[in-house]
Amino acid sequence: MANIASTTASAGTEVTARALRESVFAGLITLGLFVLFVGLKTDQNIRNELILTQRWGLLAIFVIIAMVGRFLMVAYVQPWLARRKAAKAAAPEVAKEESFFSRNFSRIAIVALILYPPVIVALFGIQGSLKWVDNFGIQILIYVMLAWGLNIVVGLAGLLDLGYVAFYAVGAYSYALLSTYFGLSFWVLLPVAGLLAACWGLVLGFPVLRLRGDYLAIVTLAFGEIIRLVLINWTEVTKGTFGVSGIAKATLFGIKFDASKDGFAALMGLPISSVYYKIFLFYLILGLCLITAFVTIRMRRMPIGRAWEALREDEIACKSLGINTVTTKLTAFAMGAMFGGIAGSFFAVRQGFVSPESFVFLESAVILAIVVLGGMGSLTGIAVAAVVMIGGTEILRELAFLKVIFGPNFTPELYRMLIFGLAMVVVMVWKPRGFVGSREPTAFLRERKAVSGSFTKEGHG
Amino acid sequence: MEYFVQQLVNGLTLGSIYGMIAIGYTMVYGIIGMINFAHGDIFMLGGFAALIVFLILTSFIAGVPVVLALLLMMIVAMLAASLWNWTIERVAYRPLRGSFRLAPLITAIGMSIVLSNFIQVTQGPRNKPIPPLVSSVYDVFGIAISLKQIIIIIITAILLSVFWYIVNRTPLGRAQRATEQDRKMAALLGVDVDRTISVTFIMGAALAAVAGTMYLMYYGVVVFTDGFVPGVKAFTAAVLGGIGSLPGAVLGGLLIGLIESLWSAYFTIDYKDVATFSILAIVLIFKPSGILGRPEVEKV
Repeated sequence: MANIASTTASAGTEVTARALRESVFAGLITLGLFVLFVGLKTDQNIRNELILTQRWGLLAIFVIIAMVGRFLMVAYVQPWLARRKAAKAAAPEVAKEESFFSRNFSRIAIVALILYPPVIVALFGIQGSLKWVDNFGIQILIYVMLAWGLNIVVGLAGLLDLGYVAFYAVGAYSYALLSTYFGLSFWVLLPVAGLLAACWGLVLGFPVLRLRGDYLAIVTLAFGEIIRLVLINWTEVTKGTFGVSGIAKATLFGIKFDASKDGFAALMGLPISSVYYKIFLFYLILGLCLITAFVTIRMRRMPIGRAWEALREDEIACKSLGINTVTTKLTAFAMGAMFGGIAGSFFAVRQGFVSPESFVFLESAVILAIVVLGGMGSLTGIAVAAVVMIGGTEILRELAFLKVIFGPNFTPELYRMLIFGLAMVVVMVWKPRGFVGSREPTAFLRERKAVSGSFTKEGHG
Repeated sequence: MEYFVQQLVNGLTLGSIYGMIAIGYTMVYGIIGMINFAHGDIFMLGGFAALIVFLILTSFIAGVPVVLALLLMMIVAMLAASLWNWTIERVAYRPLRGSFRLAPLITAIGMSIVLSNFIQVTQGPRNKPIPPLVSSVYDVFGIAISLKQIIIIIITAILLSVFWYIVNRTPLGRAQRATEQDRKMAALLGVDVDRTISVTFIMGAALAAVAGTMYLMYYGVVVFTDGFVPGVKAFTAAVLGGIGSLPGAVLGGLLIGLIESLWSAYFTIDYKDVATFSILAIVLIFKPSGILGRPEVEKV
């Protein structure tokens, strides 16, 4: 007995010693990483010359956090994880019954979304609900739609597209320019914007058909940048960096959402407020999202959808089975681009203003991140990822209490993209398969076998 | 004619900077087959490290000779950028090795966002201008060649010879080439694959940091967004020269630099980035293996 006790004790001290060593190491690395950038800050003085401000206290905090964190990680978290893993392996596997909630998740989610605006208005009052419907509801749903659109290209057809924002831009500018120059209405231009974006999808898709993987990613990135640069420099039409402003609002069967006598508020006998327009836009984008989801689900069952998924799994096998890879890839590009374009024209009508600033590469990266983090191909997973990533960063704006902790000069918005980037890395390392790790196969022989995430190669399903 | 030669000199200078960044892309792509998206931001980080060293030198120690100052800026920038790239590889890429191909690309994009926003948060979003370090300009047969340009071209030439020597003549370079050809086989033959990959990231970052220092010296200004466009252009250079090939990366860098400066000189400056990006697309579509690269053969 004494023998066993002494070995466990020595194992304990060994772990502590290792943890101490690693924590010193982590501290040194952190010091090296941050000494120049956190310890010193470059500021402009009154004569606009750069001077250095010293922040050694902050640097010390960083180093201490890294050391303590590493120590706890090695000494406690890792042994605990190892024990839990061992316990899990020892326990017999129990077949889990799916709960009512997880079985009907999408139905519950849709009902919740339909009820969202009235509930918010009831909770926060008419003016207070504006922020929740607009910043959280509409903003997130736009990203859901974009991510579902990109999902057709990346998740289903397996073509990595880093320039998706180009189609978003095409849609937004086609609505902005056509409505400003020709006075066409939103409902006419919505499908037109989708068609134009789909055409661009074909135009961009055609030359890159021969490319695969990373090369395709870089070329699409280049195309995205080219479109943005053209929007900036073609000032006669697009007004360059100033953007197009004063874009016409959408109407509901010809009823305008303004303060006029035959506006929506006056007709319904409601007090005049901008909330009705926002709520209308919320339902509009919700409808567009549902159409996207419906089309995607239906497409997956059609021959073309199966060809997409076959293409994703193995291009050579696809060719030898007689699938025309050219049309398959082009339709994927065009479909994805079309939804991007429709989302773009919705974006233009919601903002009332478009400028090339909104269509930078970062947007493409954010949309792609949502698709990949959501588990590539899983519509529910992507929607969850959009809520977490976009909602999470939006919520940073609301965290006023942080000012109490970090002082009045602290602006959480500054850290938005930093945290977004970190979240991308952390989620990817922690769950490379995304939030939804397994997916039901579309085509199956006799019985459905769910494909676990660990068996999939390129986002199998 | 003089105008043309002048643009040629400017293009070569710019191309040297792109070439140095491109080597990092090409080495990393060659060895683990991923686009290190954060590499452009490592370049920007190197520029910032050099800027901070410059400010330390001017504000705390007066009267440092310019040569020593440049050398110090370069060395500290190389150290800082190498440490960052090493950490990034350790934290964000290594755990995903062997995962599906998109995963490291996503973390690389995430890291690129993290790096540029980290610099924005810690150093502020404004342009960081510095007074010119070297300002002599020589007149050679009617062409103005500045000392800055000479320094950049000479340093590029020296570093490239050193790197060429390391990759082709040392045991380390042999290990790198072996890992590039077949990682599993190299590991079986006693090559420490993890260490080799780490060293590759460190080497790429060191070159990018030198490029960042040169960029700061040449333009006299650096800002946190500076990583993206030079990064994409350097990647274009790597692809143009044939990805995986070291001399190709330099050649591609010089070509991109020349095209950019000649385009700005004879056409419109507004569309110079469009020109570069179009070249990227055209090269990839018609000759994906680049000028000096080997064509990729797909085995079933």
